[in-house]
Amino acid sequence: MKNTGTLKVVTQGDREIVMTRVFDAPRDLVFDALTKPELLKRWFGPHGWTLTECEVDLRVGGAWRFFSHGPGGRTMGMRGVYREIARPERIQYTESFDEFAQHGSALITTTLVEQNGKTTLTCVSLAPSLEVRDAVIQSGMEHGAAETYDRLAGVLEALRVRA
Amino acid sequence: MNRSDRLDATFAALADPTRRAILARLALGETSVSELARPFAMSQPAISKHLKVLERAGLISSAQDAQRRPRRIEAKPLAEASGWLDGYREFWEASYERLDALLDELKTHRKKRAKSRR
Repeated sequence: MKNTGTLKVVTQGDREIVMTRVFDAPRDLVFDALTKPELLKRWFGPHGWTLTECEVDLRVGGAWRFFSHGPGGRTMGMRGVYREIARPERIQYTESFDEFAQHGSALITTTLVEQNGKTTLTCVSLAPSLEVRDAVIQSGMEHGAAETYDRLAGVLEALRVRA
Repeated sequence: MNRSDRLDATFAALADPTRRAILARLALGETSVSELARPFAMSQPAISKHLKVLERAGLISSAQDAQRRPRRIEAKPLAEASGWLDGYREFWEASYERLDALLDELKTHRKKRAKSRR
């Protein structure tokens, strides 16, 4: 895939995760892909997972619901409520996973900035606790080879030099 | 501390630039507190405060109550934090790669439509 940008994931404070990714498309198309069920079904989910049910009531106070099927018959349900919609630049919603609903909802704020036909997506996820994120990720996939990320990069790099 | 508490503590400790710089320095080898304080425009007590946060998160270790004892870095919690972020990243990387392909298709579709309208 020629357009594959680099996904940056950094932590901010102890409850926020910030993701940044550039897409080679104008932001109204990216916004549509993030909010239209027929488009979401075509890309959302980790390797081996398919978004099979997707309902989006795109208005402030409207609900969204995703249901995905994964390897080994595993399933994952997510839901939330839209808090802010400013097409095509900003969207904010709550997000909770059915399996971990007792932990509360995360607040997700996605911002799209377009420049020269390319769109930078920034997604800030404020988790009720890292435990929720952690549990979700553990259930959905295996950890890959260790890589380094911005905040850890310097430290880990130096560790490697030493080792 | 359980795993998620440890992760919370690690990320909170890493949220501060001075503490990240201290870790980077310690990654090169054991260092005394006064040596650690030197590159920063900070008093030794201020540095000691940062060291306490790092120590509580299990990111560094030293002998108790020994101001002069060199501090050393503990690699395990950092590796754990890095592994956790790897998982998060993989989740979204796979999704976004598919989104790239979809956006290409949408762009092509839009161009074709614009052409046929002319």
